[in-house]
Amino acid sequence: MMKNLLLIVTLFFITLGTQAQNKDAKARIEVDGVCLMCKERIEKAAIKTKGVKTAVWDVNTHLLSVIYDERKTNLNTIHQSVADAGHDTKQVTASNEAYASVHGCCKYRDEAVVEEH
Amino acid sequence: MKRIVFILFIFLSPLFVLGQQKVTGTVYEASETEASLPLPGANVFWKNTSIGTITNVDGYFEIPFQKENSELIISYVGFKTDTLMVKEATDIKHWLLSENSLSEVILQNRRQTSFRSYLNAQNVTNISSAELLKAACCNLAESFETNPAIDVNFPDAVTGNRQIKMLGLTSPYTLITLENVPAIRGAGQAFGLSFVPGTWVESLQISKGAGSVVHGYESIAGQINVELQKPATDVPIFINAYAGADGRLELNNHLNFKLNNKWHTGLYLHGNLRDSKMDNNNDGFLDNPLAQQLNLLNRWQYTNAEKGLVSFLDLRFLTDKKQTGQTNFNPDTDKFTTNFWGGKIETTRAEASVKFGYVFPEIPYQSIGFQSSFSHHEQDSYFGFNVYNIEHQSLYANGIFSSIIGDSRHNFKTGLSLSYDRYKELVLTNNYNRTETSTGAYFEYAYDNLGDLLLTAGVRADYHNLIGAFITSRLHVRYTPWEKSAFKASLGRGVRAPTIFAENQQLFASSRTISILNTGGEFYGLDAEDAWNYGVSFMQGFTLLGRNADIALDFYRTDFKNQIVVDWEDPQQVRFYNLEGESFANTFQSEINYNLAEHFNMKLSYRYIDVQTDYLEGRFEKQLNAKHRFFANFGFETRLTEKNTQWKVDATYNWLSKQRFPSTAANPETFQRSDYTPDLNTLNAQLTRVFSHKFEVYLGGENITNVRQDNPIISAEDPFSGYFDSTLVYGPIFGSMYYAGLRWKL
Repeated sequence: MMKNLLLIVTLFFITLGTQAQNKDAKARIEVDGVCLMCKERIEKAAIKTKGVKTAVWDVNTHLLSVIYDERKTNLNTIHQSVADAGHDTKQVTASNEAYASVHGCCKYRDEAVVEEH
Repeated sequence: MKRIVFILFIFLSPLFVLGQQKVTGTVYEASETEASLPLPGANVFWKNTSIGTITNVDGYFEIPFQKENSELIISYVGFKTDTLMVKEATDIKHWLLSENSLSEVILQNRRQTSFRSYLNAQNVTNISSAELLKAACCNLAESFETNPAIDVNFPDAVTGNRQIKMLGLTSPYTLITLENVPAIRGAGQAFGLSFVPGTWVESLQISKGAGSVVHGYESIAGQINVELQKPATDVPIFINAYAGADGRLELNNHLNFKLNNKWHTGLYLHGNLRDSKMDNNNDGFLDNPLAQQLNLLNRWQYTNAEKGLVSFLDLRFLTDKKQTGQTNFNPDTDKFTTNFWGGKIETTRAEASVKFGYVFPEIPYQSIGFQSSFSHHEQDSYFGFNVYNIEHQSLYANGIFSSIIGDSRHNFKTGLSLSYDRYKELVLTNNYNRTETSTGAYFEYAYDNLGDLLLTAGVRADYHNLIGAFITSRLHVRYTPWEKSAFKASLGRGVRAPTIFAENQQLFASSRTISILNTGGEFYGLDAEDAWNYGVSFMQGFTLLGRNADIALDFYRTDFKNQIVVDWEDPQQVRFYNLEGESFANTFQSEINYNLAEHFNMKLSYRYIDVQTDYLEGRFEKQLNAKHRFFANFGFETRLTEKNTQWKVDATYNWLSKQRFPSTAANPETFQRSDYTPDLNTLNAQLTRVFSHKFEVYLGGENITNVRQDNPIISAEDPFSGYFDSTLVYGPIFGSMYYAGLRWKL
């Protein structure tokens, strides 16, 4: 009985796995940033990831909406690309070197900078 | 099996048990385009407590229910904070309003009514309906008085018509579109702008230089796109009444209905009347024609946001009658006699159009659009003994597909368009009939690096039954070297089929004879017109003494490969011939906008135009074209009071340098004109009193300095002398004109 159940569950996840190859997959990623300069940097980083078709970051909600081809990329790669450009995402924190590269007015980790915006 | 049920029960039971004590819910972002956009990370807490939570990725939250606290606060940075009354443990769905949408509403009050786009690759000035209200009256031809990019002049002294010029070239060289469908063309070329009532216009986009290939091959100097009022966004009821001291009365009426969530319909009525005869300059001729116009538009709008569908169906009908000439002219007894000189222009036009747009819901970067329109235009007219009738049927269709290549940095638009035009003309005693068909395919690629560079390159290939096969290409680049700046460049070719009589109708109101010197071409013996346009522009926004300002400079050159030269240099005739040699128009314009104080804006502009053409007798500068123009506009509004009352004042000053008269040396001395006209200074002003957001009254004056062209008509005292000519007009004929009107909306 239990074996049958396991089998069904496993089969279920396998089918999910194969169906997940969506060429127009949508996702929203929380990305930290403060201004329109950040917007440009975040969107550029995301869209330069091979397989990402559109990327729009909202300065108010901090949400990056992406449409991407799952056959060519995945969410982890997109998170990483954005973090490499110096912006923390919910999953990946930007390295200190990357963070250091962003413009002074974009230092979103600095309370004073955030207050200014 | 029992075991499964048991496991399930254990899994679900906590929900049952805890569900009794919790308030659950989902927080969404209020959005016009997407019905339910979950808002993760929003704060949810009971007022005056530390009991709170944050919504998860799906916008979902759970918070313990508390009898003693009933005010639940939902907040999020960038959104308006809401307080909900929650008296039991229920499930809540709540939409938060973005602060952005709030401030947009407030900003709209202060937003400039005309502005240039920093982002667009083309040099586009956007004009809102609020800016259009500043013009005295009442139709599209008169809507450009407050815009320095467009020159407005009177082509003759009898029809009352206003002609617009862009980059020094008359309106036929500008592609005028109604919601991106080529509209004012062919038979409607001369009077078409006066057949679009101003209140119907939602906004105007004026693009200088080569246009987009998507809208056809015809644009040479630029494009003016007219967006009409839309039933879903226009006010339910709108009434506008206007009366001018020149005897003109106008009435505009909008009625918009919402039929259901998807369908809206609007009925737009316009009527104008001038039935009193006025001759302020005592030359025996009406200063403005008697006129009567009835204009109806019925729009149907279908919007389905979930499926990404938008569609418009428009039906339009127009009748327009004008009587012109000597004040004593009576059409019933004096038509085609030498009793008195006079004429009539009667136009009827019927039009139907359908538009359809579809955005793929799953992939918003991809869309399909289709536009089609059919029109029947008929003008019957006579001017003294000169008869001019034209009948024009036109069909246009355009299908556009737009998507991306790889990612949204690379966009493209591609499609097919076709047009069919049938003309039947009676010119004096000659018949000209012609059918034009043209089909074309186009592809436009846009590269956007999401930052400082935007590039648009378009090419189209067309086959026209009378012109043959030809290619038109257009290129636009926008580069932003630093903040608040835009450097733009454009180049492109335009080709157009001329309709020489419809475009130069003023010639009939003279005793000039018509000569067409070429015989080989397909258009009255003439060839199609062909030109290249090149332009650069630069704009920079800055703050001066803490207030916003911007400056814009542009330079354009139009170079004709072929042009129909309209030669007025012999006062006894008008000659039409293909260009031999060169014809060009160079223009330079500088403009500065400055916010002098709160609600007080200033616009200053200087423009230089040099238009030269090789005529049979040599190279001349274009007749009746002012080389220099200085423009100043001041707009002031008082602060909107709590009762929504407000004063608005607007004033426009124009200075035009001297203009060249075509040669009249062959006339007897009394019928001659000087070589150049005097300078021209005109001032228009308007005062509006807003009584509430429903009701306002306006009062204004055109040409307050009372400038008048003396003796605009040559041989006015004897119109049958053989020297009669009403086409040498450079300035106002009527003198100052005051007007008043009201607007009421619900």
